[in-house]
Amino acid sequence: MSPVSTDNSRLIYDALKGCGVRLVSALPETWLVHLIRMAEDDPDMILVRLAKEEEGVGISAGAHLAGVKSAMLMQNHGFLAAVNGIVSCAQLYRIPLLMLISFRGEFGERDPWQTEGGGVTEDVLRALNIPFEYLDHPSHVERRIAKAQTLAAASNKPVALLLCRDLMWEEPA
Amino acid sequence: MSPVPRRLDVLEAVYDRLASRVVVTIMGAVAAELQSIGHRPNFFYLQHAMGLASSLGLGIALSRPDQQVVVLDGDGSVLMNLGGLTTLARYRPRNLVHVVFDNESLLSVGGFPTATSTGSDLAGIAAAAGVPRTATVRTRDDFVRAFDEALAANDLTTLVAKVEAVGPSAYVTGLTLLENRFEFQRHLRETRK
Repeated sequence: MSPVSTDNSRLIYDALKGCGVRLVSALPETWLVHLIRMAEDDPDMILVRLAKEEEGVGISAGAHLAGVKSAMLMQNHGFLAAVNGIVSCAQLYRIPLLMLISFRGEFGERDPWQTEGGGVTEDVLRALNIPFEYLDHPSHVERRIAKAQTLAAASNKPVALLLCRDLMWEEPA
Repeated sequence: MSPVPRRLDVLEAVYDRLASRVVVTIMGAVAAELQSIGHRPNFFYLQHAMGLASSLGLGIALSRPDQQVVVLDGDGSVLMNLGGLTTLARYRPRNLVHVVFDNESLLSVGGFPTATSTGSDLAGIAAAAGVPRTATVRTRDDFVRAFDEALAANDLTTLVAKVEAVGPSAYVTGLTLLENRFEFQRHLRETRK
């Protein structure tokens, strides 16, 4: 069994559905496996598997202009790879983006290769003036996702939710 | 080899077809030239984010299967998002026609040659990525014929049109980016059944 939390992935997925998300773009990453499978198994969800995360910005922009609510699932290194698209498509054109970013490299990280990204993710979000919040406990998942989607739609701007180890990973620390 | 056509002439030749489709263009010369022929509310010009016009077109095509989407791309932009061709092929939107104007250069920043000038074959790359219909055309008449076939084919097509590396004298137009964006969104909303 993967120590990625199925229950909390379900909570996140149901919250996305609950705020009307009908298209999800994703690049696989360990913490996102259940979420991607849930999107794949859901006949009411369009799942777009990407080659690189920046494509997801364009796909979400197209979906938004066409009247479909979307979300992006990516690792924080994928967020870093998508920065130009976020700035020169989503921010330039006032596109609401709901970005769910697995926050690898924070306290408890065992993979040495994930540790640099964790240290810069929040600072890059701040530098881009992207409002963000943490998902680190099941009790607030539904409410924070709904509020993030509300702000994205009202502001026509990107927002981010950082999926944290305490929520996504069930292995004892 | 005989000279390739100007992009403006090619655009003029198919303008009446574009007028009835959802059109997404890249930045620079393509956007300015299409606007010089005539802007319409169903035209969206992605004036930055090089590479993402095809991704944006895919997002529209998947969200609105009732609409036929034409993406007017360029060699420099496609080269920045070659992976996007594999995503396009993977989801194979049958309502999307992907045109790549290949002038073998990054014209708007001084005409520096791209890799297509040394032989990289974008139609070949698209075909190898899995795009079911691909072609490269070198004359205006061949483009019109291939474009009409693509519109009628009801399948994903990447059509590479070799064009001359000439563009308009200016790239900034009177249409502001956000005006275009909100007008385009409103157009798509109003065409929903």
